[in-house]
Amino acid sequence: MSTSETTESRSRGKAPAGERVADWADGRLGIYSLAKANMRKIFPDHWSFMLGEVCLYSFIIIILTGVYLTLFFHPSMNEVEYHGSYVPLQGQLMSEAFSSTLHISFDVRGGLLIRQIHHWAALIFLAGMFVHMMRVFFTGAFRKPREINWLFGFLLFVLGMFTGFTGYSLPDDLLSGTGVRFTEGAILSMPIVGTYISFFLFGGEFPGVDFVARFYSIHILLLPGIMLGLVVAHLILVFYHKHTQFAGPGKTNKNVVGMPLLPVYMAKAGGFFFLVFGVIAVIAAIAQINPVWAIGPYRPDMVSTGAQPDWYMGFAEGLVRYMPGWEINLWGHTLVLGVFIPLVLFGVVLAAIAVYPFIESWVTGDKREHHILDRPRNAPTRTAFGVAWITVYMVGLVGGGNDLWATHFHLSINAVTWFVRISFFAGPVLAFIITKRICLGLQRRDKDKVLHGRESGIIKRLPHGEFIEIHEPLSQDAMYTLTAHEQYKPAEIGPTVDENGVERKVKASEKLRAKLSKSYYGPDSQIPKPTVDEYKEITSGHGHH
Amino acid sequence: MSSQDIPEEKSPAEQGAHVAVADEKHPFADPGLPPHEHRIQDVDERAARRSERTVALLFTVSMLATVGFIASYVAIPHDKSIFVFPIGHLNALNFALGLTLGLALFSIGAGAVHWARTLMSDVEVADERHPIAAEPDVKAKVMADFKQGAKESALGRRKLIRNTMFGALALFPLSGVVLLRDLGPLPGTKLRHTLWSKGKLLVNMNTNEPLRPEDVAVGSLTFAKPEGLEEDDHEFQNEIAKAALMIIRLQPDDIKDKQELDWSYQGIVAYSKICTHVGCPISLYEQQTHHALCPCHQSTFDLSDGAKVIFGPAGHPLPQLRIGVNDEGYLEALGDFTEPVGPAFWERG
Repeated sequence: MSTSETTESRSRGKAPAGERVADWADGRLGIYSLAKANMRKIFPDHWSFMLGEVCLYSFIIIILTGVYLTLFFHPSMNEVEYHGSYVPLQGQLMSEAFSSTLHISFDVRGGLLIRQIHHWAALIFLAGMFVHMMRVFFTGAFRKPREINWLFGFLLFVLGMFTGFTGYSLPDDLLSGTGVRFTEGAILSMPIVGTYISFFLFGGEFPGVDFVARFYSIHILLLPGIMLGLVVAHLILVFYHKHTQFAGPGKTNKNVVGMPLLPVYMAKAGGFFFLVFGVIAVIAAIAQINPVWAIGPYRPDMVSTGAQPDWYMGFAEGLVRYMPGWEINLWGHTLVLGVFIPLVLFGVVLAAIAVYPFIESWVTGDKREHHILDRPRNAPTRTAFGVAWITVYMVGLVGGGNDLWATHFHLSINAVTWFVRISFFAGPVLAFIITKRICLGLQRRDKDKVLHGRESGIIKRLPHGEFIEIHEPLSQDAMYTLTAHEQYKPAEIGPTVDENGVERKVKASEKLRAKLSKSYYGPDSQIPKPTVDEYKEITSGHGHH
Repeated sequence: MSSQDIPEEKSPAEQGAHVAVADEKHPFADPGLPPHEHRIQDVDERAARRSERTVALLFTVSMLATVGFIASYVAIPHDKSIFVFPIGHLNALNFALGLTLGLALFSIGAGAVHWARTLMSDVEVADERHPIAAEPDVKAKVMADFKQGAKESALGRRKLIRNTMFGALALFPLSGVVLLRDLGPLPGTKLRHTLWSKGKLLVNMNTNEPLRPEDVAVGSLTFAKPEGLEEDDHEFQNEIAKAALMIIRLQPDDIKDKQELDWSYQGIVAYSKICTHVGCPISLYEQQTHHALCPCHQSTFDLSDGAKVIFGPAGHPLPQLRIGVNDEGYLEALGDFTEPVGPAFWERG
């Protein structure tokens, strides 16, 4: 016993300092087992996999800069007279929140930079999440086993929107105050509980003296706290599931091909954090954002033209702008449909994309794990649905800026609004049809390429004068990649009589599923993959093509 | 850079399949991982050294940029403005700090990425995946454990414990809900009343002087507040959010709405400035058409016709304030608004 201890301690004494520290930590945290699984973990490479990283890094940047801003910001609506170094507002009455924002912008050296980095990073964070979500959607990366991680990501997007909203409302400037007023109006439209929620949120009538302090704790503690938890869970699941990959030679549903975390992705991903931070810092150096001093402090009886929320709220703004002003008065009560329907639609549109993975897995009935990404063309109905959804979102954005479209393009505001109203219904339908057709066209082209080879650009004249283009056969790599995807068969309604010959009732859900499945995987929704027989027939008949 | 620690390298025979022409029998079969292609840095030590120098240069630039950041912080006064083509006038300190910080960070990132791309091994390796779901025997063990635990707790057998526990756990969060009650007062009828009452003078928002009919010109738009409400009042924001008024003068013949005419004075009409959509202050007025437009969501009201909504998302007309003139010739209110101003709500009716 004693001898083994001495040998151990002696060998420990010889070990390098780093190893001794690691030993110490391992004895308490078990880090070696953790590192064994993760240090050389393989990550596949594709440019689109970096979109999620942009989100992660901008989130970290937001937290870092946000902590700095809390050192100087006063979340208070007490009225003060301004006596800072911004001359045009000298002597003006404003809330402490507004005046401390001016203080950060004009009197704290570097304060403006950090404020602008914070705001730019927030815009990029939301944009990054949107694009990342679309990447995951269109490649089918949300399929089993990743549905829960899709929901985590979705929640991050929604919470990010509200964190952004509560954040840009804090300076209590004329623009953000108008946004808060809009929120109050939207809350008031809720049947039965609207006025109560409004009075509880604002501590009485709008604007009151409470909402900045309340938004502050929501913005810096409650929402980011939840989001931090979700980000960690999201990343743990990414590690646990291992990253998805596109089909290609050597890449199967049972492996993951790429390069190890240490050193390649440590350097690439770690370096990418600095790239994102660096780019945002440069943007903040040259591009002004939210100049609250030019907008002025909030007054409920004042507003400027061209009032716009930050981009991620533009879709909600649009819904409210193009909705007709329906109001129903019955039995002494008012149902404010003109505002309440947009409020509900806002949730419904977002929920539609959130629950999509579950709908698709119900339609396919596929319970297997999927780690190979789809090319969007190979899932035409899904892709078409996604594009239709984006169309609704973009129509909302256009509607949210209808005044800017009108003034910048010299259009009538009424015409823009009517265009948006019609597009809200027609746009997604058109987008769906067009996208599906494009997908099928691309599938046909893939099939053609596999069977007939690639256009080489070389024109050959045959002895009898005919010109043909020489097609070069694809490599086996390329042919495998183009034919690796699976094609589902549409689900049929089972036999309508049971084993005893008694007619059984076909449930409505079963019929719906069969119908959906047909629209997903029926003959009109996918081009059959080229088969080996087709290929052999074409390539064996020489001079056939 | 060596490939000794690659767990699953394909055998040369398998790799050969990729180079050769398509497998005659299975032309679409997976040819396996393609062989690694060497970068110039893998074969040419001089190229590798060049990469090394580039990375080191980038890291050095970062160090210099940080020095530049600190120097800018110390040297540049915070109110200095500079002209930068083509952006325009910028705050010099913000520009210098942002640029140096950006450069310092970007160079670290660029250096690290260049290092990874040119000097670290770029051999693609395959890792196996394992199903996420547990093997049947693991599941069986967990289910057995759970049954054992549940049995030992006797939760299913001792229903009294179970039911009272659920009751206690369901009730206690109510305390938290109750605590939220004092977040704000109940709405009551607060949304129905404003500061306006009979005899209150209409005070010009800009000049802070009571308005006379002759102060209001045809075609102009004047904003007014009730007398006695001053900007430094504690309740100013809450009161002006409801009481803000928009005053215009029309030719009495142009007024199409009977009540509007009755409630006006010599063609002067007073409407709530707060939009009935979601409460933005309406501030655009087109004198030719007598239309008022809310700049937030473009609800348009016809002020010559009872402020009816003629376009946009608002659901009902702007409330009108009945006005007259007092003995001294000043415009005064003849009462409060008869309906709530601002956005509609459930109890509005």
